Amino acid sequence: MKYVLMFTRRPDLDATVDPEVGQAVYKKVYEWFQENGDTFTDSGAELLGIETATTVKHGEDGPVVVDGPFNEAKEVVGGFSVIDVADMDAAIALVRTWPQLELPGVAVEIRPMVEDYSQFDE
Amino acid sequence: MSDRAARHSDGLLAHTLREESGVLVARLARQFRDFDLAEEAVQTAVTEALETWRRQGAPDNPAAWLQTAARHNALDLVRRRSRQDALATRVVSEPAAYDGTTATDDRIALLFACCHPALAPEARLALTLRAVVGMTTPQIARAFLVNERTLAQRIVRAKRKIVTAGIALTVPADDVLSERLGDVLAVVSLMYNEGFVSSDGPTQDRDLAGDAVWLAGVVATSLPREAEAWGLAALLTFQHARAAARFSADGALVLLPDQDRSRWDHRAIAAGEAMLERAAELHASGPWQLRAAIAACHATAPSWAETDWLQIVALFEVLAAHDPNPVVRLNRAVALSHLGPEHVARALDDVDALAVRLDEYHLFHATRAQLLTRLGRDDEAAAANTRALALTGNDAERRLLATRLHRHPLTDGS
Repeated sequence: MKYVLMFTRRPDLDATVDPEVGQAVYKKVYEWFQENGDTFTDSGAELLGIETATTVKHGEDGPVVVDGPFNEAKEVVGGFSVIDVADMDAAIALVRTWPQLELPGVAVEIRPMVEDYSQFDE
Repeated sequence: MSDRAARHSDGLLAHTLREESGVLVARLARQFRDFDLAEEAVQTAVTEALETWRRQGAPDNPAAWLQTAARHNALDLVRRRSRQDALATRVVSEPAAYDGTTATDDRIALLFACCHPALAPEARLALTLRAVVGMTTPQIARAFLVNERTLAQRIVRAKRKIVTAGIALTVPADDVLSERLGDVLAVVSLMYNEGFVSSDGPTQDRDLAGDAVWLAGVVATSLPREAEAWGLAALLTFQHARAAARFSADGALVLLPDQDRSRWDHRAIAAGEAMLERAAELHASGPWQLRAAIAACHATAPSWAETDWLQIVALFEVLAAHDPNPVVRLNRAVALSHLGPEHVARALDDVDALAVRLDEYHLFHATRAQLLTRLGRDDEAAAANTRALALTGNDAERRLLATRLHRHPLTDGS
């Protein structure tokens, strides 16, 4: 299945992050894209509705999986990727390793992509 | 058909549904590659069975009857989606290939999908009750005292998300298994507490608490290396073993100190102890095993006075390290006060330290009242009692209390 990953962050929390930690995470982000290159596709995407959204958020004791889209008013989408993996559990497993989840205010929303356009031919 | 025959058929149906429906949903979902359709087909078969069996009596082989009806409904649903005629033809002509999974594997995989963290927490239990346990939406709505339409919408949304978001009907990989199992055990525990709270309510046509005990056993036997699964199975087994003594002849709630222990199910208590031993052999302690160990202390004590309070205090102490819920500390303080009169003042200090977090909780004030009475501080005790009563004064608040009971499971053994 194809999923769009939306990487969101809270710019207002940037000041709380030690610059050295930020730098180290940025380096790990670069490596993450290298390591997981196989799962990424380069196409654009149309998303299914927000009721299909799942978000993996920064949590005190490691990433937390929740139902629904990111919804804090101060969150901004920093970028997005399209991945092609077997199922939702595979998408979550990949997202959990996203290095920026170490940082407060970071979340990644997972949305399935519209792949079957026949559902619109009524 | 007489009432008695109808009741008999209901009991048989409930048993059959609980054994068969989860397995049927999982099998049909794989065969038709559509969880939503499979679940709908089984749900319709359940409703048909309720009607037909009440009218005509139960068939000789209820499981086969249900399977045939569900499969028939699934094919019907496929045919109705006319675009997919080709699929219907293919599925009819190809019998499902045997892929090595057993009925238990199928059911546990379905349970993990229904309790997936990507689903809204309030939908997980409702979906589990429908898809895995074979309850109908009206039965679930009655058990939870919620609006049927709201509940139906919640279930539809959750089912759609499983299909559209690609949530697989599989047991999670080893590296996330214990975390995902935590979500499953939370749902099964909630199911028991819902059943416990509503057990004296009207129109109970399913024994929700009994179904939860059964499901906890299914989870533990399916994942025999998971100590916490055995822990929850043991806990619910102990709690359920005391069910017969929990209400007096006139229907009033009887708390643990006053229960007639000869009415407890001592065979079930022995079974619970065996489960707890099994968990201990796995050397992976956790909160469900600790709660079960506390319940075991109560279940095996000859009387309230002869309960091993020292061990209970120690177990609550360890549990508090796992579970930050202030009710755990409240229960620890109560156990401490039973060690002897010299411990009561210390117990009251511990309870008072929880005031900020538990001020709206009626059992906090009721506990304070009891401790103050034992210290001879009668005026303060009376004030605490008034506050406790004010928090439980009418039916709406009773319902609120019921809600809180399920949020804070009954570790005090009532």
